[in-house]
Amino acid sequence: MRTVLDPTGERQAAAREPLPRPASLRGRSVGLLDISKARGDVVLDRLAELLAADGAVVRRYRKPTFARTAPVDLRHEIAEQCEVVIEALAD
Amino acid sequence: MTAVTAGGRGGYGRAVQLPDGLVAVVKRDCPTCVLVEPVLRRLGAAVWCQDDAGWFDGDDTELELSYRLGIETVPTLLRVVDGAETARVVGWSREQWAELTGVADLGEGLPEHRPGCGSLSVDPFRIDALEARYGGTGLVSRRIELAELEDEHEALFDRGWTDGLPVVPPTPERVLRMLRGTTRDPGEVVAVVPPDLVECTVEKVAVNAVMAGCLPEHLPVVLAALEAAAAEEFALHGLLATTYFAGPVVVVNGPVAARIGMNGGVNALGQGNRANATIGRALQLVVRNVGGGRPGEVDRATLGNPGKFTFCFAEREHDSPFPPLAADRGVPGDAVTVFAGSGVQPVVDQLSRDPASLARTFAACLRVNAHPKLPMAFDAMLVVSPEHGRVFREAGWDRARLLAELEELLTLPGAELVRGAGGMAEGVPAGLAGAELPKFRPGGLLVAHAGGDAGLFSAIVGGWVAGQTGSAPVTREVRA
Repeated sequence: MRTVLDPTGERQAAAREPLPRPASLRGRSVGLLDISKARGDVVLDRLAELLAADGAVVRRYRKPTFARTAPVDLRHEIAEQCEVVIEALAD
Repeated sequence: MTAVTAGGRGGYGRAVQLPDGLVAVVKRDCPTCVLVEPVLRRLGAAVWCQDDAGWFDGDDTELELSYRLGIETVPTLLRVVDGAETARVVGWSREQWAELTGVADLGEGLPEHRPGCGSLSVDPFRIDALEARYGGTGLVSRRIELAELEDEHEALFDRGWTDGLPVVPPTPERVLRMLRGTTRDPGEVVAVVPPDLVECTVEKVAVNAVMAGCLPEHLPVVLAALEAAAAEEFALHGLLATTYFAGPVVVVNGPVAARIGMNGGVNALGQGNRANATIGRALQLVVRNVGGGRPGEVDRATLGNPGKFTFCFAEREHDSPFPPLAADRGVPGDAVTVFAGSGVQPVVDQLSRDPASLARTFAACLRVNAHPKLPMAFDAMLVVSPEHGRVFREAGWDRARLLAELEELLTLPGAELVRGAGGMAEGVPAGLAGAELPKFRPGGLLVAHAGGDAGLFSAIVGGWVAGQTGSAPVTREVRA
């Protein structure tokens, strides 16, 4: 039997259930975070229009640079003010 | 009185049950042990042998007893009372053996005194394995047992722990040996590693350094490189996640570079030197394994570059026209500088023999960094070779002088850079047409000296998004 030491961060999977998906976005606060990439505003403006048409309350945020993670304050602000996150990445 | 339950190296491990009376540890390969065999048999001692299970009743070919008793020399004779060692002699000495055993006229015909031999349990080739097996290693990383039928190299690939090349299996004994390269506590947190923001200990760095192929003496440089890369201004998370080419490039300064066999000479940026290759690789393996940063997941590089396996070299200091890079950045002596670099662009100038001409060549080649029409957006590192460096040294140009000349040469007319100029859409907004724009932000161009004796070539290592919005180079001291 050969033994090796785990080189990873040994992160345990978080054992928690995600909240149920809302049936509708009507009246929900939806956050859109602009990561400051060029022309990101174009796609986010259109998304905001479509979400508003579905009755969602759209809140807009922007991080200072796409190269770094969002500042802690901004993350807290989003968590406080929004009910729904749309997670997606494109370039 | 020494309790036998306390092993020889720090008092770790399980208790060893010793019979009361006389106990000895011997090795058949040792002439002194062979010499005292009749004495031990006459005394009726309980004898354990390290290299021949059949010589006496006690079999210590696994060396567990020897390790736990801290045997350094054979023969060792102990007196044991109530399970605890009360006296010990090593080698053969009629007088000492008589005193310990209380038996006079021992060893008739033997010399008065004969030194013993080294115990197998302190053999340099065995000690790490013994410490890993029987010692209280203090290692806290999860232990993973590989199945008998698993090929150990394939097993590490299967678990997703490699960069695509084979790694050295990080066995406990190898990790213990690696940790001897530093005086730092294995539990000390070196850095919080993105993207998963995991606290990374000296031990975890050592595990990954073993996998990368490092020697223990390389570990302090790996630790310093990780500290530097994890500094906030280096923006390692963004550097990992970007679609751009870049990865961390490590430049090593100070006596440590030569001491651990690093290369700043022939083929300094290339393959073939263990220290260069494995230190840079260890840093990347920490990001992959501890931080969880893997290509196709958080690492979104469009193309990447081969330097993302490893990119680490020593600055050639002894005949450099410049002070050491790290010293110029405020850290004299042993130090690393990390830079977000994107691969090597050659610079050829075989005719310039005066510094002004050579500086113009450098400027012309640096201008195209990322794109000839993008100023202030991307950093770069200029690696000046010895034959080019000689031109500056003989003219008395130091780093500051060269940088000042390059800044002037690389102050670009906005009209050439605006979008559409030269028939290229890429460029700066039209409103900057009347401005003079520097190619590099202040501090955005590093200059180092490296390479072989021959070749009128230098290199540009293109950078990444510059400064406040991206990554700034970071220099840190290498500590033992």
